[in-house]
Amino acid sequence: MTAFAAQLRGSVMTRRAIAPGFAAALVVFALLYVLVIAHPPGANGGGDWATTNFGSAIDDPGSFLRIVLDSVTFAGALFIVASGFALIFGLMRVVNMAHGSFYLLGGYIAYEIQQEMAGQGFSLDSSQVNTADWLVPLVVAAVCIAIIGLITQQVFLRWNQGQELRQALITIAISVIIADQIIGHFPRFVSAGTQQFGGNAVDLTWPGWTNRFVNLHVAGVSYSLVRLVMLGLGVAVGVGLWVWLNKTRTGMMIRAGVDDKDMASALGINVQRTFAIAFVVGSALAAMGAVVWGSQAALAQGQDGQWLLNSLVVVVVGGMGSIFGAAAGAILYAFVLNFSGSYLPTTGSDCCTQYSPIFTFVLIALVLAFRPQGLFGRPG
Amino acid sequence: MNPLGWPLKTRLERGIALAALVYVILGPLFLSQNFSQNVLTRTFFMGIVASSLIFLSAYGGMVSLSQTALFGLSGVILGNLSTKGGTGGTSKGLHLGWNPTLSVVVAVVLTTAFALLLGAVSARSAGIYFLMITLTFAVIVTLTLSSVTKISGFSGIGGIDRAAPSWVGPNVNLHEDRLYYIALVAAILVYVLIRYIVRTPFGISLQGIRDDPLRMGSLGYNVALHRTLAFGFGGFIAALAGVLYVWWSGQIAPGNVDLPETINVLIIAVIGGLSRIEGAWVGALAFILMDNYITDATRIPLLGFGGTLFGGRFPTVIGIIFLLIVLVSPGGLMGIWDRGFGAFGIARGFRRPKEASGH
Repeated sequence: MTAFAAQLRGSVMTRRAIAPGFAAALVVFALLYVLVIAHPPGANGGGDWATTNFGSAIDDPGSFLRIVLDSVTFAGALFIVASGFALIFGLMRVVNMAHGSFYLLGGYIAYEIQQEMAGQGFSLDSSQVNTADWLVPLVVAAVCIAIIGLITQQVFLRWNQGQELRQALITIAISVIIADQIIGHFPRFVSAGTQQFGGNAVDLTWPGWTNRFVNLHVAGVSYSLVRLVMLGLGVAVGVGLWVWLNKTRTGMMIRAGVDDKDMASALGINVQRTFAIAFVVGSALAAMGAVVWGSQAALAQGQDGQWLLNSLVVVVVGGMGSIFGAAAGAILYAFVLNFSGSYLPTTGSDCCTQYSPIFTFVLIALVLAFRPQGLFGRPG
Repeated sequence: MNPLGWPLKTRLERGIALAALVYVILGPLFLSQNFSQNVLTRTFFMGIVASSLIFLSAYGGMVSLSQTALFGLSGVILGNLSTKGGTGGTSKGLHLGWNPTLSVVVAVVLTTAFALLLGAVSARSAGIYFLMITLTFAVIVTLTLSSVTKISGFSGIGGIDRAAPSWVGPNVNLHEDRLYYIALVAAILVYVLIRYIVRTPFGISLQGIRDDPLRMGSLGYNVALHRTLAFGFGGFIAALAGVLYVWWSGQIAPGNVDLPETINVLIIAVIGGLSRIEGAWVGALAFILMDNYITDATRIPLLGFGGTLFGGRFPTVIGIIFLLIVLVSPGGLMGIWDRGFGAFGIARGFRRPKEASGH
């Protein structure tokens, strides 16, 4: 038995030695590549294997800074959506597979309301949109999705508590239905001359005052104010969640319910109500994230799957049910996506080859190699 | 081995299985070509994919959503290797034009190897966490296929030469029923193989790990290795189905293995029942029949209201059916069958072995 234990310890030690070494080597190489090796694009904007979209950071610090900012600001939007997913999972052990559908449905609801408020057209000009035209759709969409989330939880999930697989299957079924209903009903407004079909790509529009660039006085970079606002919203959501869970009575009750449901009930806490609150907040965050990112990029059929993936990656990397984990996962994932999209060579003859999905996989594989529970996850 | 000595349930099941086997073997003689090729052939290979999912779930305790992606990966590899290009027109891919037998073998081997890699990465996770990780892998594989234009690209590979290896005939479409029988034989072989594997020492210890990984680990079994190998075996089965799919449709694209398709395979497995291998083909048949005959009325009429059911289409209906199955019978159709016997107290030999021996 001791020999077996020694062998076990040996294998664990070896794994611990190899995996960080490999990860460190990879990170060092990636840094070197981005900082020094990457070549600027060829004359025709493409070319041989070594040609990248952006020059190395030494040659082209402006682009480097812009990509860093793109990553951090995208992480803000990512965090808003994924923190809702992480909240629901961490508190209730429910994998809400309908989170992506909630995202897309929330986005389309907000789009319809903004069209009603600020005038119709495929893509509104930001000067037509004031702050209320952006905030009201956000709030209404968040409330609608919160109600749908509450119904989902009360009608379908509540009586299956503890049956994790069954709950996941139920939310998958709901996501299939919602995704199809979106195609059946949205969008109601499309620009004149465009054929309407289910799930047209549409844009929400940021309020006009955000439509400018801020001079950062570093490497001559002017950066979009909108994306900085996005980052600010992400940080605000993160701080708000942290304060809510750690400093308020409701938050403490929720955490008590998570740690020991029976004991919390015995102390007079209505555990079912705290779970319902958590589900409502988590669902509303999906809709809020959809308004934020839908104003930056398009909402379209298929985005539900994309954002379910985004939430999953953030939570798998960051660790289940931890706000810090969601933040760390969002930042890592955003950096991997943006840097592999910008700094990896694209081949000339095929316009659109992107290697970023492969690097997302590498990120997940590396994290799981050290910590199967994710970076900030609690084991078990 | 006297059939009369079997419990009633076993006798009934084997009788039904035998009748179904005779029906599908003789099927092409009297069935319409549309039914045999678009319903039954599809049932055979979709059942194979679903059986890999059910195998991992029933015997490994791992609900994997990567099976559809592995199925697609094998199809894409086969398409790249075996298609000659040129006369075929504009299809993408590498046009390597390899020997068909070699292409099939390499496609299956590479997919299995990739499945082993995925298994190694995810083997230390279990339960719901495993489901999330494999779903992530599935979506990443699809995204990779659609964004790496050299091997597939968004539109995938079309016009794949359906040249099966010479030992199954020069061209699977040379005779209209050839693919039907290839798929049937493959389905039967996969079923027998799974039933065999779960009885080997490996299969038994896999089931031990499913029930209590901690105990099996402390008994000296390598839990992660068992899970990895099981996942590799599941990938091998899914790869076989991918080959059949490419022969059947002549094309493969990321859209054939994307998230909705992944969920469809999960729905097939859940409708059939996640606990019994037979459920894979039962679920596939049920799903494909619905797919063929409900889709015809693209919009589902809402009786008496002149509109449509929530504006919905086929996915809404299948979603509602899926939801009902999960809520009412988590064991799927096979679960209803098993429970039906339990409820009427005639499940001799299955639930109450002592009674059965007294027959």
